[in-house]
Amino acid sequence: MLAKRIIPCLDVRDGRVVKGVKFVGIRDAGDPVDCARRYDEEGADEVTFLDITASVEGRGAMLDVVARTADVLSVPLTVGGGVRDAADIDALLKAGADKVSINSSAVRDPELVARASGAWGAQAIVVAIDAKRGERGWQVFVHGGRTPTGRDVLEWVEEVTALGAGEVLLTSMDRDGTGEGYDLELLRRVTEVTSVPVVASGGVGTLEHLADGLEIADAALAASIFHHGVYSVGEAKRFLAARGIEVRPA
Amino acid sequence: MSRFRVCIVDYEVGNLRSVHNAISRLGYDARVSDSADEVRRADALVLPGVGAFEPAMRQLSASGLIGPIEARLSRGTPLLGICVGMQLLATDSEENGLHRGLGWIPGHVRRLRPPSGLGVPHVGWNDVRVLLPGSPLFARTGDGTHFYFDHTYHFECGVEHAAATCDYGVTVTAAVQRERLMGVQFHPEKSQAAGLRLLRGFFVAAGAPGPGPC
Repeated sequence: MLAKRIIPCLDVRDGRVVKGVKFVGIRDAGDPVDCARRYDEEGADEVTFLDITASVEGRGAMLDVVARTADVLSVPLTVGGGVRDAADIDALLKAGADKVSINSSAVRDPELVARASGAWGAQAIVVAIDAKRGERGWQVFVHGGRTPTGRDVLEWVEEVTALGAGEVLLTSMDRDGTGEGYDLELLRRVTEVTSVPVVASGGVGTLEHLADGLEIADAALAASIFHHGVYSVGEAKRFLAARGIEVRPA
Repeated sequence: MSRFRVCIVDYEVGNLRSVHNAISRLGYDARVSDSADEVRRADALVLPGVGAFEPAMRQLSASGLIGPIEARLSRGTPLLGICVGMQLLATDSEENGLHRGLGWIPGHVRRLRPPSGLGVPHVGWNDVRVLLPGSPLFARTGDGTHFYFDHTYHFECGVEHAAATCDYGVTVTAAVQRERLMGVQFHPEKSQAAGLRLLRGFFVAAGAPGPGPC
């Protein structure tokens, strides 16, 4: 039976981890390579990097980070953030990413999803969606959540599924950073309209939240609960297994 | 004595770095190469592959390496196909039209059709059921081990060649074997220690030295 995945996510700027990652016994908590390796050792099922670099020079640093990480990681690596076009996707995959996640560029040019999926296979293409609740349903936001698009999240999920996305990474902007738990209604509605795996993101504060999300979604992305050493990936998996959720033993 | 030499066949499909890293970690002399000479000198061959079946098959044909690989196989050199590299061993594939494969293990690559509620692609860690107890692939991992899968199509072959399966609402072929010709649908190079143990089992059966952490 397919196990539910736990995916730690690291925010990276100019080649360095930004959010206060606090690991005990790690040489350099600012080095994404060291952090990724630590998560690998803890039993993470995948690792995701979100590049929040603004400058072009910093983007070169990201390719180097991806290459060095891919050399030490023994689980899949997804990289997203600021991916503009097919050339960016190609560069990241060549550097060693297993999957590339695209967000704003997919909204601007939906055909990019189809072209990328055709060129590298659906398994390599993740569409990331930032969703915010409105009066009627949820709206897609881009540019790191700053710009509303007027698009309905459920319709957009259906569209990217048809275009060939291999997975949907769904972030609830209302919950992100709150520690109040995933937006379960959003998750439920999205999983109903797509046939591709859905990765839940935004709002995890407790292991209970992870369990709630994984009862609906295929995978759970989480940042702060792992970064701050509150819980290890192994602890999370033991908790989930006790709740009857199928996980790969850490 | 010279080190055990592994040729990872490079036909310009995807990044072969993680496959190379995993095999190097086992202490073998792993070389990513598109040279027929390297294929001839290898003690074991690895055929990787990602993306779609047809471009992969077309590029492998264009590489001119199919002949040299076949010559090695006929002399008993083992080969391990990974993901699309495993699917290429089949008779044909229905991915984006019907396309002929290498035909080294009879069978057809078909789209996964799991029951509703289960998505495609089949992405993540699934535990495998070993059908060929003597298969070197699983000699060091055992039954029920999780490996990392990420695919939309799978290899439907006869029971005599199905080395392992996994359950995704439907039975998915996880590994195939025909004598010294083997293939895995999952990614051992992305499957942590379990993946290294699987690779170790394959290479040891191929005559490589066995000791080491895995």
